[in-house]
Amino acid sequence: MGAGSEGSASGAGAKVRLGVFKLASCDGCQLQLLSCEDELLALTEHVEIVSFAEATSRPDDGGPLDLTLVEGSVSTEAQREHLQEVRARSRFLVTIGACATAGGIQALRNGRDVGELLRVVYAQPAYVDTLAESTPVADHVPVDFSLRGCPIDKGQLLELIGALLAGRKPAIRDESVCMECKRSGQVCVMVAKGEACLGPVTHAGCGALCPTFGRGCYGCFGPKEGAQVAALGARFEAEGMDAETRRRRFKLFTGWAPAFREESER
Amino acid sequence: MSEQNGGGESERTYHVDLMTRVEGEGRFFVHVKDGAVLDARLEIFEAPRFFEGFVRGREPDEVVDIVARICGICPVAYQVSASRAFEAAFGVALPEPVRALRRLLYCGEWIESHALHVFMLHAPDFLGYASAVEMAADHKGLVEQGLRIKKAGNALIEALGGRATHPVSPRVGGFWKAPSKETLRALAGDLARALEETEEATRFVATLDAPDFTPDYVYVALEDGARYPIEAGDRIVVSGREPVDVARWDEVMEEHHVPHSNALQARLKDGTPYLCGPMARLHHHAEKLHPRAAELMREVGLGRSEGNPHRSIVVRCVETVHALAEALDIVAGYAEPEAPAARWEAKAAVGCGASEAPRGLLWHRYAVGADGWVADARIVPPTSQNQARIEDDLRGMAPGLAEMEHGAATELCEQLIRAYDPCISCATHFLDLRIERG
Ligand code: SF4
Ligand code: SF4
Repeated sequence: MGAGSEGSASGAGAKVRLGVFKLASCDGCQLQLLSCEDELLALTEHVEIVSFAEATSRPDDGGPLDLTLVEGSVSTEAQREHLQEVRARSRFLVTIGACATAGGIQALRNGRDVGELLRVVYAQPAYVDTLAESTPVADHVPVDFSLRGCPIDKGQLLELIGALLAGRKPAIRDESVCMECKRSGQVCVMVAKGEACLGPVTHAGCGALCPTFGRGCYGCFGPKEGAQVAALGARFEAEGMDAETRRRRFKLFTGWAPAFREESER
Repeated sequence: MSEQNGGGESERTYHVDLMTRVEGEGRFFVHVKDGAVLDARLEIFEAPRFFEGFVRGREPDEVVDIVARICGICPVAYQVSASRAFEAAFGVALPEPVRALRRLLYCGEWIESHALHVFMLHAPDFLGYASAVEMAADHKGLVEQGLRIKKAGNALIEALGGRATHPVSPRVGGFWKAPSKETLRALAGDLARALEETEEATRFVATLDAPDFTPDYVYVALEDGARYPIEAGDRIVVSGREPVDVARWDEVMEEHHVPHSNALQARLKDGTPYLCGPMARLHHHAEKLHPRAAELMREVGLGRSEGNPHRSIVVRCVETVHALAEALDIVAGYAEPEAPAARWEAKAAVGCGASEAPRGLLWHRYAVGADGWVADARIVPPTSQNQARIEDDLRGMAPGLAEMEHGAATELCEQLIRAYDPCISCATHFLDLRIERG
């Protein structure tokens, strides 16, 4: 990842040049930057917004970027080309959110006959540019760091930017939602309410939101590395879930991530 | 970003490649020759994500989670319209405290979304800046005020839903969990402050010079009895026509696939484009505003039929005041419900539901099979309804552009579109399987 290796981004005095780009997405992840209401103005003392179409009309100067945030999955040829251009001018490229990091909810179309889908969706399929699959950014260009979540967590975004400014590694824990849930003293929704919960196999970062609200985690931060996904699927079935529902549970916002995909195809 | 092609003074085109300070990806193209408008297009090229296909075969509560992802700015609107459609299908009525909570959640989204548009996206047009961040160099107080108002809206959604974008608590019948009295009371201070700050900001915004432009609108808005329409309503009111039941909206409105857009365009069946959103709501329901908002309207001299799209910024401010004042009332009167959601059972049925997203009427229809899974879905978002109206406005404005400097004229076109607060991700994601049947 190399965040810390080269010291703070642009040397003393110079502002960090930031680009925010969008591919196929809902805009919810880039919105988290604008939702840093308390930090936004202070942040712009250290960061220069070079490209961020949703927030500024100042024309992009096309120059190199120190930090690039990419939201959304690659789902058209134009997006693939755009992404390559963006990568070429970026020093440190971060994918933000489930779409960019795992293909997003729109990856549910993968494996279907898109030509067929298009023909029934549009009166004039020829007008529409679309690739057969919606894929994560890392399938196309090298990625330096990934933030997970649908949407990403604002706190993690600030930690990432702060770490880059200071030239250190972002302190983002690699653990499961289950761990966060236990630490915050929640009652386990699987044990107490019999809710199917993806917490044991899902990457932490949200603060165990769903269990806090009395429902099972639906995996929006994607699979945690090395998670025993099949074991959890087997447990769901042992507790009476039918196979089709089990597959659906893993086939949501991060369903194209290999560990979840495998479980939804089993 | 714009260029002039074609020959001589009498032929001009205005366009940008990517509109900025709007949600999602779009551009426009206007072509005028000898004073005649040959073409005026709002082109939506945001990549389609095929949502309506994905909700097939899903359970109703899964649909509530999925449709939220159509739009990161107004996810609650999607969650609520979907919930209402399923509630209509299964005959579910929300107990009063749960209904009030849903309205409170939705107020949070109006506050957050309107504040984003007013202060971060739209105000820079009037004051001459490229962004709110640049505007802050000279108008720090205004930008900080806007950020605090926005934050108060987000805090409300977080308290009720867990997080401001794609909240996890809303579900068919209500919520997974209802907040405690204390949680809500803790918000009152910031809401009260945001209310006062929004009133102050409205007084300022109302003095901003707007370009003169008043097309003749057919206004469309939901109706919810004596309440200003937000999270509910069973009838849709249309200027100069009979009101329509929500369940029959698709008999009155029609969507078309136009070649230059990845979104469908809605019009009334007779071909008339219409306007939904803040100006339409105010036109039909001004007398239902909270007294604080009604008083402010009088004070700043805003009429119920504003009619100038550029002045929609003032209407958004007044609606924000309404949402904040109502939120405070709901918080003050809140008693925890016995259960956070009404009980329901899925059955084979068809249901339609609508709510007033910050940008206007959001209509959903679902058919559920005997297995309790969705068999068919249809969603009509506000921006696809306003799209034809926006193009008509561009057409109406175009002859006047000839006297302007080319860059300024192009900018004015973009400002007009921005004034609508178009939500392009929303508009694109509803390319459904209808054409197969048609
Ligand atoms: S990851 Fe989720 S919140 Fe982020 S852009 Fe994609 S759909 Fe939106
Ligand atoms: S608990 Fe799971 S589904 Fe819920 S917000 Fe966290 S990661 Fe996402």
